[in-house]
Amino acid sequence: MESIGVLIVCPMNTYLEQELEKRFNLFKFWNFPDKTQFLNTHKNSIRAVVGNATAGADAELIEALPKLEIVASFSVGLDKVDLGKCKEKGIRVTNTPDVLTEDVADLAIGLSLAVLRRLCESDRYVRSGKWKKGDYKLTTKFTGKTVGIIGLGRIGMAIAKRAEAFSCPISYYSRTEKADLKYKYYPSVVELASNCHILIVACPLTEETRHIINREVIDALGPKGVLINIGRGPHVDEPELVSALVEGRLGGAGLDVFEHEPYVPEELFGLENVVLTPHVGSGTVETRKEMADLVLGNLEAHFLNKPLITPVV
Amino acid sequence: MSESETQSNQSRNQQDLPVVLIHRLSIFNFSFSTRLQTHFTLVDPLLHSPEPDSIHSFLSRHATSVSALLCVGPSPITSQTLSLLPSLQIVVGTSAGIDHVDLIECRRRGIIVTNAGHAFSEDVADYALALLIDVLRRVSASDRFGRSGMWPKYGTYPVGSKLGGKRVGIVGLGSIGSEVAKRLVAFGCSIAYTSRKKNPAISYPFYANVCDLATNSDVLIVCCALTDETRHMINKDVMTALGKEGVIINVGRGSLIDEKELVQFLVQGELGGAGLDVFEKEPDVPKELFTLDNVVLSPHLAVLTPESFAALQEVILGNLMAFFTNKPLLSQVQLE
Repeated sequence: MESIGVLIVCPMNTYLEQELEKRFNLFKFWNFPDKTQFLNTHKNSIRAVVGNATAGADAELIEALPKLEIVASFSVGLDKVDLGKCKEKGIRVTNTPDVLTEDVADLAIGLSLAVLRRLCESDRYVRSGKWKKGDYKLTTKFTGKTVGIIGLGRIGMAIAKRAEAFSCPISYYSRTEKADLKYKYYPSVVELASNCHILIVACPLTEETRHIINREVIDALGPKGVLINIGRGPHVDEPELVSALVEGRLGGAGLDVFEHEPYVPEELFGLENVVLTPHVGSGTVETRKEMADLVLGNLEAHFLNKPLITPVV
Repeated sequence: MSESETQSNQSRNQQDLPVVLIHRLSIFNFSFSTRLQTHFTLVDPLLHSPEPDSIHSFLSRHATSVSALLCVGPSPITSQTLSLLPSLQIVVGTSAGIDHVDLIECRRRGIIVTNAGHAFSEDVADYALALLIDVLRRVSASDRFGRSGMWPKYGTYPVGSKLGGKRVGIVGLGSIGSEVAKRLVAFGCSIAYTSRKKNPAISYPFYANVCDLATNSDVLIVCCALTDETRHMINKDVMTALGKEGVIINVGRGSLIDEKELVQFLVQGELGGAGLDVFEKEPDVPKELFTLDNVVLSPHLAVLTPESFAALQEVILGNLMAFFTNKPLLSQVQLE
């Protein structure tokens, strides 16, 4: 398989890159300053693309690679892959579901706790050396607060299970109501936001869900409400979110993703009711290795004409 | 009101309502007097004479018949204070821990001690989880990274460690420890514990000593009471047994851990990380910890939510009312 050309579109994981190099003829996109020339030169040898949440395979790239057979994403979200184009051209697409579900759900709860209990702010306070005995500030209890989840897929369900251990009543919005669930369903995001304290975005990013968190939803969530986004940055109308937080119209936010990563709106830097993490949802040693193995496994299966492990297209 | 009017009001009240002495350091505010005043006459020496020396003389003049004392926060109750209160029968604490009370003297005199009972357990358990997820997933550290504008420069943040599958050892499976365990199970952690004695009703594996627990754990969560036996129970041997990847979370009392050793272990990379809400000499925190990214520090506020305070008021009111009507107390602590 060493002659098979595989294009990895951005740096994502050293172990994955090393393993790809061992098994395939690996091209690291970021090493070629003139992308157009690179593609022209190597287009006939590249049969696979490896992408992630930052960069995948859009229509332009797919068109430039006539021998492309498979796109293997080092992520569960596929918003950076033109799925329609892949279907059209018979290109297979795989992702990394299940292996990262727990880490992302853990972070959703971790962000909720950090925002409500002002954990990062307290840590900053202690590190400043300013702690005086008798100083104190009340923060908001997490146990028992209503949690609203947008998207009750693998990650949404894992979040619900964890929140239940804190006695949080769970409600959700989904494209369709799920049968046999003890959680309360709301037919619109605005209604869900009006009836929960913590709103968590856990759905895929599609045309329909872009800016699913808009001004109306933010207003419904209100000055005591907290938004947690472990989905994709474009789920949220970021300028609206920023002004709501700065003006105190929203109680707080825990954000792992942003519209224009790696750029985080600077207006958020000074707010103590906001926690900002640099897209680390699946960022553990254990999970990244499992994700890498899944990418490698899918590519190997494809080139050996075996069934793909986690195909989406 | 004039001095004589206040005094005559007081003596009128004293005839009607049972007297409760408020004992507190001036740095601790007492915020639930309104509720208690409908049931009791509250005597707060600091309102009459704020100087520490004159508090003792105030007590010896006015408090000789006092049977109930409300201790606000960790204000120390020494045998000297107790000797000025010959009629004292009950000390009502406002915290889960009562290590600031001279328990030996209370036991000798047959003075009952009550604490906050279950009022804080959920909030402290939530906080223990918050600290653990933060340490393992670098929430505060990566938040600092993002806020300093380093993300565009450095591309990515180093990966953390997965919570699921970790073996968590709980030191002290009381009210708080049980709430911690219940939450951790939902994250896919396995639970084991150490306690003064094994609880037959609990199915988690029990270790008779904390070193054995540490050997078989990836994380230790310290939530037991501070006593003479438990002081510095998390020592060099325990930290060595826990190992280089081990994480310690402390929501109990600072002195449960040998802090000097802990700092050494962390600075030298002999321990994976720590989440600390309490310290040996609050508010002093070892400065060597300030530059470590695998450590999360917080100024003893695990209980500080409006809900905990409301629950605490109920417990205090309940204990005082039970005491004065000879009914069973809500949260009496067994003094050994």
